[in-house]
Amino acid sequence: MGALLDIQKLSVDFQTKHGLLTAITEVTFSIQPGETVCLVGESGSGKTVTSKAIMRLIEHEQGRITEGSVLLSGQDVAKLPEAELRRIRGKRVAMVFQEPMAAFDPVFTIGQQIAETIVRHERVGKREAWERGVQLLKRVGIPEAELRMKQYPGELSGGMLQRAMIAVALSCGPELLIADEPTTALDVTIQAQILQLLQELKREFGMSILLITHDLGIAAEIADRVIVMYAGQIVEQGVTEELFAQPLHPYTRGLLQSAAPLDSVRGSRLYAIKGSIPSLAALPTGCLFHPRCEHATDRCRAEAPPLDHRGDREVACWHVDSVVEAAVDGHSASGAVIHEVAAKRQTSIRLIEEDPADSGQNVKQPGVSSPSPSSDVLFEAVNLHKYYPLKRKSLTAPRSYVRAVDDVSFTIRKNETFGLVGESGSGKSTLGRVLLQLEEATSGKIHFQGTELTSLSAAELRPLRREMQVIFQDPYGSLSPRWTVGDSIAEPLKVHGALSAAECKERAAELLQLVGLDAASVNKYPHEFSGGQRQRIGIARAIALNPSFILADEAVSALDVSVQAQVVNLLQDLQQKLGLTYLFIAHGLQIVRHISDRIGVMYLGKLVEIAPSEELFLRPAHPYTRLLIDSIPHSVPGQRRDTPLLQGEIPSPSNPPSGCRFHTRCPFATARCREEQPALLPLDKDRYVACHYSLV
Amino acid sequence: MAGVLARRLFSSVLVIVGSLILVFAILYVLPGDPTDTIVDPSIATPEMVANLRHQLGVDQPFYIQFARYFSHMLRGDFGQSLMNSESVLGKILDSFPATLALTAASSFVAVTVGLVLGVLSAIHRNRPIDLIARVVGLFGISMPTFWSGILLIVLLSLKLGWFPAMGSDGWRTLVLPAIALGLVGAGFIVRMVRSSMLDIIDEHFILTLRSKGLTERAVMYKHALRNALIPAITMIGMLVGEMLAGTVVIETVFSRQGIGRIIADALMAKDLPVVQGVIFFSAFVYVIVNTLVDLSYTFIDPRVRRST
Repeated sequence: MGALLDIQKLSVDFQTKHGLLTAITEVTFSIQPGETVCLVGESGSGKTVTSKAIMRLIEHEQGRITEGSVLLSGQDVAKLPEAELRRIRGKRVAMVFQEPMAAFDPVFTIGQQIAETIVRHERVGKREAWERGVQLLKRVGIPEAELRMKQYPGELSGGMLQRAMIAVALSCGPELLIADEPTTALDVTIQAQILQLLQELKREFGMSILLITHDLGIAAEIADRVIVMYAGQIVEQGVTEELFAQPLHPYTRGLLQSAAPLDSVRGSRLYAIKGSIPSLAALPTGCLFHPRCEHATDRCRAEAPPLDHRGDREVACWHVDSVVEAAVDGHSASGAVIHEVAAKRQTSIRLIEEDPADSGQNVKQPGVSSPSPSSDVLFEAVNLHKYYPLKRKSLTAPRSYVRAVDDVSFTIRKNETFGLVGESGSGKSTLGRVLLQLEEATSGKIHFQGTELTSLSAAELRPLRREMQVIFQDPYGSLSPRWTVGDSIAEPLKVHGALSAAECKERAAELLQLVGLDAASVNKYPHEFSGGQRQRIGIARAIALNPSFILADEAVSALDVSVQAQVVNLLQDLQQKLGLTYLFIAHGLQIVRHISDRIGVMYLGKLVEIAPSEELFLRPAHPYTRLLIDSIPHSVPGQRRDTPLLQGEIPSPSNPPSGCRFHTRCPFATARCREEQPALLPLDKDRYVACHYSLV
Repeated sequence: MAGVLARRLFSSVLVIVGSLILVFAILYVLPGDPTDTIVDPSIATPEMVANLRHQLGVDQPFYIQFARYFSHMLRGDFGQSLMNSESVLGKILDSFPATLALTAASSFVAVTVGLVLGVLSAIHRNRPIDLIARVVGLFGISMPTFWSGILLIVLLSLKLGWFPAMGSDGWRTLVLPAIALGLVGAGFIVRMVRSSMLDIIDEHFILTLRSKGLTERAVMYKHALRNALIPAITMIGMLVGEMLAGTVVIETVFSRQGIGRIIADALMAKDLPVVQGVIFFSAFVYVIVNTLVDLSYTFIDPRVRRST
């Protein structure tokens, strides 16, 4: 059987202000009918350009195929006239993009946008196209399809929109579906649903899928074959199982290791590839990966390795054998570690089983009288509420509220990292901001080092603010582009301290060194740094005042996996050196597990479970926690999902379900759950759960 | 929908009443006495002036004057011109159609030229048409209307003799003033539409539309344009007001009938009832146009529909 898609030596140039940039070089791969191929790599690796080049969508962005061919069932797309090409786009090759919110035209209904595609490619009337649209929406799992057809994109959730986008893509029965990071912008639970849907549809429609992702877990879960790209070139490709079992290229190996697996030793250093991906304007000589590679030799610096066949696999590296050897050594070491962890797990499980906790009767408020002595407590929240009023529908209608944080009580201990997880809309970020008094609590008390914060005036609060700092999610938006890095870091010093300008600068330089940057960078501007480096600058600014507490709100979520590992390691080092306490908010569960001592799980404004990190992942007590963990893609291929997925989406916090808020999505829900709201009660030492039928 | 309409109308009435109070207050504190217009201050005795002031009611406190004016106005009585005792309403109704015609014609020029050039220049970025559009935009914005008006008269009327240079009879007299005034609006609209089109073209959904195999024409004119129109329409609403204000100059340059002329003359003569009447009418038209613009959003942009 001939390949459906056969790409040969494809190179793409972009015309930019700084001249011609080569985005991808001699990319060669093929996709068989019915096959799922994953293109993985960090941002800047050329994955997206490759996917867009297949349908020549790059031509609208000053891009041009300079060399090579893209054979779709033998026909060279690279040479087709534009009009012919348009007949293929959306008909034989369809695409799904990363941000479902931005992928629809906001001023046309979902139905119009589906029907438009069908009418474009097939001889059908509008009415028939509309009917098919309804069927497609039903097929991709959108409830009330007729209603949704008439709605505008802004009225649907991200998950629903991505389903609708898939419906658009499927509307003309494509042979190849190109999905560019289709789940990156979505919650892990919705991601699992979408991936499952894609796999079902692939079988049903008999199509091939080219999936672009930075998440190796996703590749492991759904790919037949994986292609790894780096700086615009393919560095390795192979059958998924083989590639994961024995990565041949040091980059692949690095990527696999940096993604904190669910069985990593918590708190240990994550493996991080040093440095970051080079910019296309300043590519290194020889092997493009050599500046970041542990195995680099003079040959790597001088000569670019070709993509060589090794059996079924292809790899571009001069030192495959020594990489494999090193990997084998490393493997046995990490294998031993895994055994150790497993042993620990068993003992801890046994310990818990031997100690039938006196749960149920014990109606103590968590935190109010926590088992550990109160001197250990840094932050204590008691019955914290944060309601945002909504616009009234009419003058007489009762005011309704978004209950972002609804009666939350917990403690953060000195020197610990408290992780906060939950889907978007669960209230994690709001809770963090209210704790730091960046937003006023609607009611409830917050004690910080024994001081009650909610009753303080702004002036009384100011000296305490030195003690609590924030690292933000977006390393691009959180630094002023017109300030030098040194000024940004020194600003808190100027606000709070009595340092002279020279002293401030000196301190900024020290801080830069502390976070692993060059002290001479104080005079540079943010645009001269990569995303990971900027996040380090954000960290330097946060620790400038020697705070005792840092709120890290999605602090590593925007970073590539290899850089993510670097920043997590830095945060852990700083915690040890400076005795910091973190509240670590993230949607990436693996990272939270790795860095946190204890984790709180939030759902619709409520804390539903608090547990020590390992315990939580080994034996989740709340069904929500369990399903959340099950949604994480397995990073071991072949080990595909057999557990039920978390169904549906998080309801609106302005109108939360009665009783247990999770009952609408809970597989174990009973009548009691619908009526009676479970309180967050101690389960055993250090564990709290809010469920009538706790799993533990 | 009915609720939206009711709320819009309510706020429109508020704006009109507010503008009325404002105009009345400004004219009240302005130096000079309306009696000066009627009698020659050098020969009038103080008794005559006081008498006249009493007759006109200008010796009353501000709020009484305003209340009286307002209650008369509600009955359709805008008072008489101080110069020739003509009814202000009659004067306005006589000349308003000519001004409306000019405003409408120049708005038409502004919107047509602005939209067409704006869209073309965004789609053909950095091509000759883009350059032309940008030059038109620059000229429209920076050239004062009396200057472009005179240039048009010299070129198209005196040199080529295509259109009459003055007067307000028939469509041919409308052409030159409409172009002179419309070019200003066109300049603003070209720039606005161009930049909002360019923003929209960079949006992700444009890529989606292309990936669905739609023709460039459908992508640009069906999808991108509709999105780009949203900010442009706000601006068009405001520009209609500008056009109305611009008639003051243009009607003078082209010796046209119209309220622009009337208000210019009335201001010179401190003929306050006429000034008040004209400003009230203009505010009225402006508010109506902008209400229509706001309502038109509801049809173009579904997001507005939901939030209201």
